Amino acid sequence: MKTIRIIKHAGVFAENKDIASKLREEIVLPVLRQNQELRLDFMNIEGATQSFIHALISQAIREFGSEVLDHIVFMNCNDSIRAIVEIVVDYMQASE
Amino acid sequence: MRLHISNSVFIGNIDPFIRSFDAENPEFLEVTTHDKWMSVHPVALAMIAALGMTVPKGNVRFDDINATSGHYLQRMGLFKMVGIDETRQIVEHDPSGRFVPLTMIKTATEQTQFITDIMPLLHLDKAPEQAEAIRYVVSELLRNVLEHADAANGAIVAAQYYPKTNRIGIGIVDTGVGIKSTINHAHRAWTDAEAIKLALTPGITGTTSREGGTIDNAGAGLFFIKSIAVNNHDFFMLYSGDALYKLHKRPGEIKYLHVNPLNDPHALQENIPYWHGTVVGIDISLNQTQRFADLMTVIRKSYTSAIKERKKARYRKARFE
Repeated sequence: MKTIRIIKHAGVFAENKDIASKLREEIVLPVLRQNQELRLDFMNIEGATQSFIHALISQAIREFGSEVLDHIVFMNCNDSIRAIVEIVVDYMQASE
Repeated sequence: MRLHISNSVFIGNIDPFIRSFDAENPEFLEVTTHDKWMSVHPVALAMIAALGMTVPKGNVRFDDINATSGHYLQRMGLFKMVGIDETRQIVEHDPSGRFVPLTMIKTATEQTQFITDIMPLLHLDKAPEQAEAIRYVVSELLRNVLEHADAANGAIVAAQYYPKTNRIGIGIVDTGVGIKSTINHAHRAWTDAEAIKLALTPGITGTTSREGGTIDNAGAGLFFIKSIAVNNHDFFMLYSGDALYKLHKRPGEIKYLHVNPLNDPHALQENIPYWHGTVVGIDISLNQTQRFADLMTVIRKSYTSAIKERKKARYRKARFE
């Protein structure tokens, strides 16, 4: 199991897609490829853009299918972040 | 090139300003102004600044500007940005003024810092829901420029709070390749108007024709921004090439969001003076108390149904003979 504390990388407003892409390539995809559980901790994050969340997780859904969501836990999301995560999760599954 | 600033230039009445744009003699920029008073939306200032930065230093000229208007333009950083050595005395700063002067953003790091800086400048600490919307809008629009515009001068951005209407006006402008160029990498748009329509459609991106977008890009940004404006009953405009889309205010409670931008109350003009690049202007009301999360839920429904509808439209049955 691996936990990423998003605030440590992206600050209180997660909008920098370059950071999201780096997290994806360096941690998200490798962890999921090893069949480990991935915990994305949004503690103290005030907000996030759809672009950031897309860059962070869309490829995982595309590469592994919807079942990958059984191995990802979104922790400590406020309502806005939760809503944006749900948007990305929805449209990625609708696209497949 | 020439532009004229009349006494009032806001998104709702920006058409004369845009139609005043004369792109002849691109090595020079001449800006004429109303002789008494100017009230100018940040998007218009950002357009002037963006044009001014494309001409050689010393080739930007303003006509005689009256004192009050000139102070405003100076405070917003317009003269500095276009390289005019302005020595007029700055009027005592109005402490209630809430604005973000013209700023050039060329990197993701500058973008992140800018987002951090604008919150206290606009005094948004007492309006958390609106702060969230503004932060979101500015982030996505700046990112669009950095990723897609291929603009030598990056994004030119400015913002202003208007106390009478309790709104913040934001302008983000570039002189890059324009929407039609980027959209046509993956979709077909014969005109700038068609390109704008596609760009405002959820899930359409110039980076791929595949549903769900690329690894980094979903084609959602402008739809989200427009949706925020629709929901807030605010103005929004998108101008690129020879086309201008202007969202009008939709009355009443917003229970659903149109996927097709042409189904929103709007005006879409073509054959207007050609803008090399993209201009985005938006107003965000601070009266809106709906939770940002609730707005995202409304967006979610429209977005997902748009993708499903497109997939359904593409579905083909096998043909047998």
